[in-house]
This record gives sequence, structure tokens and C-alpha cells, in this order.
Amino acid sequence: MLVATVIIIIRMEKLMSAVLMTSFFSLIVSSIFMVLDAVDVAFTEAAVGAGVSTIFFLAAIAIVGRVSKPTQRKKQILPLAIVLCTGAVLMYATFDMPRFGSPDAPAQQHVVPRYLNESMAEVGPPNIVTSVLASYRGYDTLGEVGVVFTAFIGVFLLLGAGTRKSGIERTANPVAGVESMRQSIVLREVSDLVIAPVLIFALYVQWHGDFGPGGGFQAGVIFASGIILYALIYGIVPAQKLIPPRKLAYLPAVGLLLYAAVGVYGMLMGANFLDYDAVAHDPLHGQHYGILIIELGVGITVAAVMINIFFSFSERSL
Amino acid sequence: MIAGLFNYWVVIILMMAGLYIVMSSRHLVKKIIGLNVFQTSVFLLFISMGKISGGTAPIIADGFTAYSNPLTHVLILTAIVVGVATTALGLAITVRIYEAYDTVDEDDIAEMDIENENKETAVSTVVAKNT
Repeated sequence: MLVATVIIIIRMEKLMSAVLMTSFFSLIVSSIFMVLDAVDVAFTEAAVGAGVSTIFFLAAIAIVGRVSKPTQRKKQILPLAIVLCTGAVLMYATFDMPRFGSPDAPAQQHVVPRYLNESMAEVGPPNIVTSVLASYRGYDTLGEVGVVFTAFIGVFLLLGAGTRKSGIERTANPVAGVESMRQSIVLREVSDLVIAPVLIFALYVQWHGDFGPGGGFQAGVIFASGIILYALIYGIVPAQKLIPPRKLAYLPAVGLLLYAAVGVYGMLMGANFLDYDAVAHDPLHGQHYGILIIELGVGITVAAVMINIFFSFSERSL
Repeated sequence: MIAGLFNYWVVIILMMAGLYIVMSSRHLVKKIIGLNVFQTSVFLLFISMGKISGGTAPIIADGFTAYSNPLTHVLILTAIVVGVATTALGLAITVRIYEAYDTVDEDDIAEMDIENENKETAVSTVVAKNT
């Protein structure tokens, strides 16, 4: 099924349908993640791959045009040969891989048993993914948030994210067909029904990440998709009145700094950077507060970056 | 024996399909779609490696003893979000290329570059002659 979808994507010349197939592909992959026990990952893939990234692709092809020219036959042969050779070599390499699902594979040794056995006593949250993400590997996550922030800076510099002064006076439609979208009663009523639960669900995912699947990354993306839905249905101008782009541009930095500030606070209280044991009197409480605050920082950064990127793309397509 | 490797083979097929899209298509947005497919295959590889047969999602609850590997989940979870941010960066660059060249077709861009270069060398030889 997955392979069939990809082959369809390869053959599509209309970009619009290729993008929609990519979205479908992400949805299938996320259900496979679900089957493979990776609930947090499935959650993220569904929100990001099938949601936000599709919107970005659509916004981009609204600017650059929808049809890609077919490749000449001659030019297809060399890539095909390279791909087949590489694939064959990789297939050969899989024979040395540990068998799927085996508990004694190298990936299951080393640090993982400690995470599984000790994290309840050392960090606290029942969701081990959250405790590894936010506490054991806090540096990594700080770095990832930094990368998201850097990508946002890049888009901001390339496209001038939403800071044009004419933004408010303009009445034209940012994305093609927005006017008709607003008039379509079904779309408007359904989105009215959906937007508020989406935002509330984002907050639930944000604060419930310790116990169930969820956390700052997912919550940020879901929150952003609620706002993006509003902007798609009602137009970019009301959305920018709701969230002024100039203020929004500061929020990614605020989230990242909030994350780093927790680390520095831990240092001031006498522990290591991003060690939350010293944040409160009791180490477990400290871990709990630390994780909550840095997840909030992650959520703010991710949501603000996604909304910013969407605004800058749709301003370009005017 | 074969069943134990099936997941990895699907991953390789997807990876190669993504690579093929990147190499063979001329449209820059489609190349980014190819990169996305490639990236997703890597995600699938990691998650497959983290799975334990008979395990459950790594959320501690009574009555379960085997949990799948939380570490790979963490790595991929953040990689997905970073991936969408970098995809957006790639699309932004594509949009700028479109504004500069009025096309996002790789071959057309290369042709225009060669033409521009020829013009520039022509101009510079004229200047050199005049001086």
C-alpha cells in the first residue's frame, strides 16, 4: 500500500495531486507507527505530515505553478540504474541486521533498560518518551528546538515573514479561492465547529504529555493548524488581526529562551545545566516542573514558527 | 527469516523511490516531495528497530512488562518537526528562485544561467577590447 502510493507520487505530473498523495502517504505511515507502538511519533506524523506540511506545499505550489514537465526517457535511465544498484546493496546489508522485533538487538541494549526501569523513580512521568525527551536528553531537544528556530530565521530572511506594513489595509485574497471558501457555508460552519476544539485539544496535549502521548512538539503543531485553518477559511487579514505578525515574530525566541532559562535556573540552584533536580525542593517535583516548563517553551516555539511560516508563504502569493 | 527483514526492505524501497524522485524530476517542489519520502523512510527504519515483539507503547502502566524502545521514538518525534521546518525552508528557497527566474524547472534554470554567463563573458570581452 505504502509502496503503491509512492509509485503514484513518482508518476504524478500534476503537483496538486502529488501533494495530496504525499499527505495520504503520511497518514498511512502514521498508522504504521501506531502499530509499531510509537504512539507519540504517530501523533506527530499525523499532525505534521498529513496536516501542516501539506499546507506548506500547497501554499508553495500556489506561487510556483502546478504542473511539472515530464522527464525525457533518456534522463530517467541513469537515476533508475543508480537507484537499483544502491537498493540492491542496501538489501544485501539487511541480512546482517537484527531480526525485526528481537529483544536482544543492539538498539535495545545500553541506555534503554535504564530508561525503562529507572525513569519512574528518577524523573517521574509514566510516559517514558516524555521523560527521555525532556529530561535525559534535554540537550538534544534544546538543539532540535534551536534547529526549528534557525529554519524559521531562514524563512523569515528569505520571505520577510508577515512584517509588511501594508498587511492590514490589504483586502485581496492571500491563497487562491479564499473568497469562495468563506462563502461556502459548509466549510464555514464545519470550521467554526472544529477550530475551538482543535485549540483546546492542543492545550490538552500540551499539559497531558507526561501521562499520555503528547507534548510540546505535537501541541505546537496542532495549535498552529487550528490557527492556519482559521486563516484559510476567513482569510489572512482577520487572522493577522487576531495574531499580529510583528508580535508573533518574537514568540519563537521567547519559547527557546524559556527552555534555556530553565537550564540556567537549574545551574543557579547548584545542579548541572538542564538538570531539574534542583528546581524545586524535592527532585521529583523539580523534574516535574522542569519538564512542564520546557514543554511549554517547545510548544510556544513550534506553534509560533509554523504560524509565521504560513503567514509568510501566504503573503508572498498575493 | 524473510519475515524478520520485511520492514527493512519496505524502508529500502521507499528510500530508493525518494532518491529516484529527487534525481529524476525537474520540478524543484517535486524534488522536495522526494526528499520528504526519503526522510519518512528513515523514520520508519528507526521505529522498526525500536519495536519489540510482544511489547507495548512506552507508557508505564500496570500489567505490562515489555515496552518498545523509547529512545528511537524521541529521536524521530523531534526529527519530524525539524523536518517540516527544513521543508518549509526549502520551499521558501524555491519561491525565491521562482521570483528570480520565473520558473522552477531545473533544466530551464540551468539554460538561463548558461545564457547569462555567455552574455557576461561577451560584455567583459567587449570591455576588455575597449580598454
